[in-house]
Amino acid sequence: MTEQQGIIYQGFPSKEELLKIPGVPSKERIKKGPVACIECVQEIPCNPCEEACPYGAISVGKPITNLPVLDEEKCIGCGTCIAACPGLAIFVVSVSGEKAEVSFPFEYYPLPNKGDEVWCVDRAGKQVTRGKVLRIIKSPKYDATAVITVEIPAEYLDNVRSIKRLERGNK
Amino acid sequence: MVRYFKLMPKMLFETRIGGRKLRVIHHPILGDETRQFNAKITVDGKEIPAIEGEPIAAALLAAGIKKFRETQKYHKPRGIFCAIGRCTDCVMTVDGVPNVRTCVTPVRDGMIINTQKGLGKWGDQQS
Amino acid sequence: MKRADIAVIGAGPAGLSCAVEAAKAGAKVVVLDENLKPGGQLFKQIHKFFGSREHRAGTRGFRIGQQLLEETEKLGVEVVLDAAVYGIYEDRLIAYITNGKDHTLKAEKIVLATGASENALAFPGCTLPGVMGAGAAQTMINVNRVLPGEKILMVGSGNVGLIVSYQLMQAGADVVALIEAAPKIGGYGVHASKIRRAGVPIHVSTTIKEIIGEEKVEEVVTIELDRNWQQIPGTEKNFEADTVCLAVGLSPLTELAWMAGCEFVYIPPLGGQVPIHDRNMETTLEGVYVAGDITGVEEASSAMEEGRLAGVACAESLGYYDKIKALELKNEIWNRLDALRTGPFGEGRFQAKLKQVNARGQLV
Repeated sequence: MTEQQGIIYQGFPSKEELLKIPGVPSKERIKKGPVACIECVQEIPCNPCEEACPYGAISVGKPITNLPVLDEEKCIGCGTCIAACPGLAIFVVSVSGEKAEVSFPFEYYPLPNKGDEVWCVDRAGKQVTRGKVLRIIKSPKYDATAVITVEIPAEYLDNVRSIKRLERGNK
Repeated sequence: MVRYFKLMPKMLFETRIGGRKLRVIHHPILGDETRQFNAKITVDGKEIPAIEGEPIAAALLAAGIKKFRETQKYHKPRGIFCAIGRCTDCVMTVDGVPNVRTCVTPVRDGMIINTQKGLGKWGDQQS
Repeated sequence: MKRADIAVIGAGPAGLSCAVEAAKAGAKVVVLDENLKPGGQLFKQIHKFFGSREHRAGTRGFRIGQQLLEETEKLGVEVVLDAAVYGIYEDRLIAYITNGKDHTLKAEKIVLATGASENALAFPGCTLPGVMGAGAAQTMINVNRVLPGEKILMVGSGNVGLIVSYQLMQAGADVVALIEAAPKIGGYGVHASKIRRAGVPIHVSTTIKEIIGEEKVEEVVTIELDRNWQQIPGTEKNFEADTVCLAVGLSPLTELAWMAGCEFVYIPPLGGQVPIHDRNMETTLEGVYVAGDITGVEEASSAMEEGRLAGVACAESLGYYDKIKALELKNEIWNRLDALRTGPFGEGRFQAKLKQVNARGQLV
C-alpha cells in the first residue's frame, strides 16, 4: 500500500505543502545569510512567533489561526523564534558555497557538545548526513529549549531538520 | 581486571541511585532528580529502595516490577492501568491490608507489600 | 458543618482558575480534590502551550499550574486535598471523605470540575501488565520520574498520544511506533513532526491484533484496517515492546452531575454524555455549575477559561460583581474561548459546545 504524502498522513509536511506556505524563505534569501524557516502548515490558534520576533519579521494577525508570514527582508536569522514556537516548527537556515547551516530546537537529554560530529536527520527521522555541531544555545528565555546549529553539506539544506537523539549513558 | 574497574563506578552509581535505569535522573525539562532515596520497602520478601512519599506503584515500576496482583478466578497477572486511582487494577496487599491502590498510596519506610492473590485477605503478611 | 460561598470540586486547571476568579471578587471559596497533590493534569504537561499571550502561550503547562497555585494561596482559597467527594445532596450539601473520615460542606454554589478519564481498548492481551493509559505513563514520567518501561508502542494519534510519545522520549524511553486506527493523524501536525524527526514511525489505518507475553507485554502484533474498519489478514507487523500505551480518547467524569440531577445531552465529539450548561456554565440545576473536561473533552487552555467563566458567574450570582462588571469579564473570557475554538481543529468543538448550550432550550 503506497503511503499518502502530507502532514496528516505522514506526520511531517510534504515538499508540496512547504511550497504553499508563507513562512518559508526564498532560495535567493537563504544564500544571503541566516533566515528563519517557519514550517507551520496547519491553522491552529497560536501566535508566540509573532510576539517573539524582535524585528517584526513574522506576522500572524487575527484570527490567530492564520499561518505565520515571514518577511525575509526584515529577518536577520537571529533565531529567537526557534525556541518561542510551542510546536518546535521553526528553523534558521543559511548556505555558503559547499556548506550549509541549520539551527533547530532540541529538548532531549543529553545535549551534544560543541564541535561534536553527529548524525543529522530529515523530517522523517532518517539519518541523511554527518554534521558538525557549531553552537548550542541555552537561555533562560528559551525555557529549557536548546537551540543547536549544525554544519552540513549544502545539498542537504532542504532536508536536515534535527539530529539523532544521543545515548543517555550514565552522564 | 581493567574491565572490572571500569564497571565498578557504573555499578556503584546504579546501586546508589536505586539500582535501575528506569529512574529519570536527568530530564531535559524537569531538571535533575533532587529527592533522596530514603526509604526501603519490602515487596514479596525482597527489599527495594524507594523515596518516602512517592506512590508505591512508582517504586515498584522503578524496580522493574510490573505484575502487582493476580485475578481471582484465572490467576491472570495485572499491573497499573490508569495510575490516578480510578481503575483499581494496581491494588496490592500493603501492611496486611488488601485492595490498596498502589498508584495513589504513598510509600512509608518499612512498608511490607505483597502481590495480591485474588481478592486478598486481611492480615496477609505473606501471600 | 463546614460552609462556603462556593465549593469547587476538582483542583485541576478548571477548578483552580474558577477559585482564583471567584476569590478575586471576594467570595469564600473551598476547593476539594481527591488527590494528594493539586493541579490535576496540568502538572503533567511539560510542553509549551499554544494560543496567544492571553492564553499564556509559550509557557509550559506545569509552570502555569504553579502560577495558579500561588494565586490561590495569595487569595486565601482553601484547598482540601485527599478529599473524595462521594455525594451531592439536597440544598447543595456535599459529602466527602478525608483520611477515612466523613465530612460535609454546605455551599451556596457548587462548581463541578472533575475532568475526564482515559478510555480503554479491548484486544487479546489487553490486560497484561505493561498495557496502560497514555496518561498513566505521563503521570509516571512527569510526576514520579519513573519510566513504566523502555520500549513503548503508542496507540492513538490524537494530541495525547503524540505528546506523551514525545515526553516518553524526553524521559529516556524508546517509542518503537505510534499506531492510529483512522486513515489520518488526529492531533496537531507539529506534535507528529517532533516524533517523526526522532525516528518514531507513525502507522495509520493500523490497530492492535494481539499482545504476546506470559506475565507482561513482550511483543505487539499490529494489523491494518480497511475502509470499513475491518482487519486486513496478511498485513500483520510485529513489534518488540515492553509497554503499550493507549491514547484512545477521554470520557468526562460526570458521576456527581448525574447524581445531583443535572440534565445531559449526547454529543460524541465532546466525549459522549455531557451535562447541559448555559453561557454562565450553569447546569439545569440551579446553583450547580460545570467547567473543564467534565463539560466535554477539550484542552487545558479551554478548561482554564471555562473555570474563570464559572468563577465570575458564581461571584455575580452571589452579588460580588454587579451585572455590568460581570458581563465585561464574561465577554472577555468568551472571546478567548472562541479564539481557541477556531480553525480545522477547533471548529468542530465550537459547533459541539454550541449544541450543548442550545440543548437547554430543547428540554421539555
